[in-house]
Amino acid sequence: MHKVTELLKERILVLDGAMGTMIQRHKLEEEDFRKGWFENHQHPLKGNNDLLSLTRPDIIEDIHRKYFEAGADIVETNTFSGTWIAQADYGLEHAVYDINLYSAQLAKKVANEFTVLQPNKPRFVAGSIGPTNRTASISPDVNDPGYRAITFDELVGAYKDQVKALIEGGVDILLVETIFDTLNAKAALFAIDEVFGELNIELPIMVSGTITDQSGRTLTGQTTEAFLISVSHMPLLTVGLNCALGASMMRPYLQVLNNKCEFGVSAHPNAGLPNEFGKYDETPEMMGVQIKEFLDEGLINIIGGCCGTTPEHIKVIADLAKNYSPRKIA
Amino acid sequence: MNNQSILKLSGLEPLIVTPESNFVNVGERTNVTGSRAFLRMIKEGDFESALAVARDQVEGGAQIIDINMDEGMIDGKEAMVKFLNLIASEPDIARVPIMIDSSKWEIIEAGLKCIQGKGVVNSISLKEGESNFIAQAKKIKRYGAAVIVMAFDENGQADNFERRIEICKRSYDILVDVVGFSKNDIIFDPNIFPVATGMEEHNNNAVDFFRATKWIRENLPGAHVSGGVSNVSFSFRGNDKVREAMHSAFLYHAIQHGMDMGIVNPTMLEVYDDIDKSLLEYVEDVLLNRRSDATERLLEYAETVKGEGKKKEVDLSWRQNNVNERLSYALVKGIVEFIDEDVEECRKQFERPIQVIEGPLMDGMNVVGDLFGSGKMFLPQVVKSARVMKKAVAYLLPFIEAEKDGKQSFSGKILMATVKGDVHDIGKNIVSVVLGCNNYQVVDLGVMVPTEKIIETAIKENVDVIGLSGLITPSLDEMVTVAKEMERANLSIPLMIGGATTSKVHTAVKIEQNYTKGQTVHVLDASRSVTVVESLLGPKKEQFVKDLKADYDRLREHHAKSRANKELLSLSAARNNQYTINFKQDDIVKPKKIGITKIEDLDLAHLVPYIDWTPFFQAWELHGKFPAILSDEIVGNEASKLFEDAQNMLTKIVSEKWLQAKAVVGLFPANSVGDDIEIYSDETRNHVIHTQFTLRQQTKKAEGQPNLALSDFIAPKSSNMNDYIGAFVVTTGGGLDEKVAEFENDHDDYNAILLKALADRFAEAFAEFLHEYTRKELWGYASDELLSNEELIRESYRGIRPAPGYPACPDHTEKIGLFEILNATEITGVSLTESLAMLPVSSVSGWYFGHPEAKYFGLGKITEEQVQDLAKRKNQIFEECEKWLRPVIA
Repeated sequence: MHKVTELLKERILVLDGAMGTMIQRHKLEEEDFRKGWFENHQHPLKGNNDLLSLTRPDIIEDIHRKYFEAGADIVETNTFSGTWIAQADYGLEHAVYDINLYSAQLAKKVANEFTVLQPNKPRFVAGSIGPTNRTASISPDVNDPGYRAITFDELVGAYKDQVKALIEGGVDILLVETIFDTLNAKAALFAIDEVFGELNIELPIMVSGTITDQSGRTLTGQTTEAFLISVSHMPLLTVGLNCALGASMMRPYLQVLNNKCEFGVSAHPNAGLPNEFGKYDETPEMMGVQIKEFLDEGLINIIGGCCGTTPEHIKVIADLAKNYSPRKIA
Repeated sequence: MNNQSILKLSGLEPLIVTPESNFVNVGERTNVTGSRAFLRMIKEGDFESALAVARDQVEGGAQIIDINMDEGMIDGKEAMVKFLNLIASEPDIARVPIMIDSSKWEIIEAGLKCIQGKGVVNSISLKEGESNFIAQAKKIKRYGAAVIVMAFDENGQADNFERRIEICKRSYDILVDVVGFSKNDIIFDPNIFPVATGMEEHNNNAVDFFRATKWIRENLPGAHVSGGVSNVSFSFRGNDKVREAMHSAFLYHAIQHGMDMGIVNPTMLEVYDDIDKSLLEYVEDVLLNRRSDATERLLEYAETVKGEGKKKEVDLSWRQNNVNERLSYALVKGIVEFIDEDVEECRKQFERPIQVIEGPLMDGMNVVGDLFGSGKMFLPQVVKSARVMKKAVAYLLPFIEAEKDGKQSFSGKILMATVKGDVHDIGKNIVSVVLGCNNYQVVDLGVMVPTEKIIETAIKENVDVIGLSGLITPSLDEMVTVAKEMERANLSIPLMIGGATTSKVHTAVKIEQNYTKGQTVHVLDASRSVTVVESLLGPKKEQFVKDLKADYDRLREHHAKSRANKELLSLSAARNNQYTINFKQDDIVKPKKIGITKIEDLDLAHLVPYIDWTPFFQAWELHGKFPAILSDEIVGNEASKLFEDAQNMLTKIVSEKWLQAKAVVGLFPANSVGDDIEIYSDETRNHVIHTQFTLRQQTKKAEGQPNLALSDFIAPKSSNMNDYIGAFVVTTGGGLDEKVAEFENDHDDYNAILLKALADRFAEAFAEFLHEYTRKELWGYASDELLSNEELIRESYRGIRPAPGYPACPDHTEKIGLFEILNATEITGVSLTESLAMLPVSSVSGWYFGHPEAKYFGLGKITEEQVQDLAKRKNQIFEECEKWLRPVIA
């Protein structure tokens, strides 16, 4: 049994917080996104955060380190947009392999440093697999609801490239996250299953959906339970929720998972709802109060933060989680 | 039976099949091999109708829908993909799991790539050998679907008990041991074959199926059993009564034996207990193979009942009626689907197309009108009926135009207009629709209609009634102008007045006597409009007008008296009784950000939780508080339907970004000087960028109650304290007009009105959202505030956001300065009409007051003295000032 899987029975594991929020703290310029790699690239690259693993590894490494210092057991690789589909906007389809490989290696290096110093608290790296910016279930053209901007097969291909490079880079876990279209996630799982078969390897998989608002549904209309059923055909480490909602708003849907999910349950909520500048307002203490409710109710196996959360948030969360036993997995 | 055999499937919603569940009914009509009608739709590319079939099934109770596109004449793969993609955009269909039904693997696989939920593959088998079976099963597992396995192997279809269990066992073992398929996701179809065929070897077909089912459920843990039931009665095609009985009896026994899902046409099913007892005995003799002459006896019996059968499908039974009844039904129920074909059929029966409108369509609309009049239908339903009517008329129009003198005879012609300067038209549109439903021809001039155009059109079109509408208070004055001009133009056309700020009193006191040649009448809401118009144009007009005049005379008299009675204070007395706050610098929080903040293109999803629904229902004349209104005894049903439609549209508005939300907020240093508020460019407080002129209550108050003005909430300049004020403009109207036009072009008033009403709700929600954001962040005096949506609606927070034109500051001209200091038109695209209504219409503007003691109030009536004073302060001529404040001058 994989080490993470074993540990999950013993205690609540802590995932890191936001990457983007931390990157924003550095006032980065266009050149930071090019340095040494894409100096003469035609498209503007500022904002393509995944590239920083290549061009400014110092920053990304430091962010991973800060999260581990705050008490995270697992950090996510800086690869949320590491598919050719997401990189196509920047004309960087060809950079996908490097992004995933180097991001994974970078995170793994930092994780190993911490594990060596503190062997009783081993640290792990989860390869972050984002939703891409195209949906397989929704037409972007209002007048042609039957149209699709991306096919299932294209998604599978893109995800396979990403997954292979992440595995090569040494990730311990694969994290399919911020799922607003379950069909995209099913393509990611399909790709993972194929890669596992091809490489004859198996890693724990975390799946994390996004309930977009208080209607309690994903963007493509599924209820939490329908989402759970739709991804349960693979053996998973956890099914959880992340993004879009702050912790307190996420709670009712975590309760659904708690009641119905045969796997572990994870949550990495935002620091509240975004304001109109895309900033998040909840302080670590405010968020801590809400996370404590999850823990009191025994809803959680893995807990972390999404947009707007920082090492300060994760510190509060990790300090809390220490005092609780994990949710019982059926 | 195995207690662990829980099958979990999903569409947008879960479907959990447990041993305790009732039989799962799989809808079978979206199948080209089973339904000729569906095949025709797919062949002709009429996916709209094909979707309607799917929707009908789900509405009719199908828990899964089976989709089959196996037909030589169509590209099955393409049709499957297209249909599934279309279903994905239809939440009322996509909520159930999909069964992808094909004998071709490539179609199954193409289908699996389109469904986000966990569906069912129908079907695979050992027919082409183990390796094929394994490969397909592995793929299905990877796609995350359940599977139906046919009892079929290399040697053919299983046709007796032994072969059935042998093949099922072998399939099961391979799936579980080799493929690693979840046991609970395996569903067997052990072949339902016809009985009573006359061939002896078929006599045990049903029994073998029952036994095999029982064996599977007992020996193959987790597995489920399904089947296509109609096969069993194949020999009795054309004899529905017998078939229906056979299906019910078969199901009854199959379920007893453990069959837990199946493909059944619910309209071809009799209730088991309702089956004629002798028929049931013959049928069960056959199914259970109880006697050797069972088939003969059933055939004999069948001869006697040939042609009978249960009433056709419940939901579509109205399609059997004659075309006139169908039209009437479609109109009353608001069903658009068949209207073209029905109108076409009807058209052929009449000499002239116009007679279809005058005859059956108007008859139908009269039924609608009567039901509405007697409170048995509600506004949203009527608007849906109108949509059907419009589509029918649109269909007939080319035929009517082809005839030279084709003219429809209407009960009357009504001109409708929202007056100059005003852009609000939800109410007016509803009245237009309701009148249209009652055979009145409506000439709708739209919004911001100048007086001259109203009069000119009225004369040119020779209308019978003019209806004016408006929402903002300056429109009241505009209506007076229209009435006066009608008088000057020597018109005698009756004038109807309607809209949220209009009132019977205002009509009586300010409008009616200005128009002596024709009758003016105030119409309280849309449901009264028809009665009023009928009275104005009908034979009893004289009496109606007489009563009305008497009523308005009385109102005027009463008003004059109450005005005399109501004591208003002199302006100085009112000022002496102002609200005196003991200002302390500690109570005043300096905004975190002074100056202007823009918000461009906010994601509407943020606003949804802030929506206050109660006014939404009011717009549809459904009265009651949300959410209690949804379960209201009288309107609850319609309110719920409306709410569901609203929710569906809301989802689209948000996900497809139909509307753009923009806003600007400004926070400025400010101090009061008397009843004025000086707003400064910066903390030096030297440069006044705008002076806000507030109005003071003059009503005589009870002891201890102050006469309020908004300036009371801002620290006086003389106090030397640094106070602040905020201003804002929000809009969610961007993109609205285009989308509304789309609906209107489709003759779909219902959705056009629905969208406008929702856009208004979004604007209000945005104002609430922005106020909260300002309190917590931009200004930051309430950074620790945590309120629920209900508390927000109750406004239980610190600070107020009064809007110019509303009770605390009825002076619309205050908007001009507010817009200027915010540079609002440039930033948000919201402009002001000549009556100072905001355009686009779904916009809100106002001031922010942050002092803990600031509160909402209504100004009430003021004296001419204050208007004189205000004119002087504003450096304006009295008449101009008076014009804007007329509604509040005593």
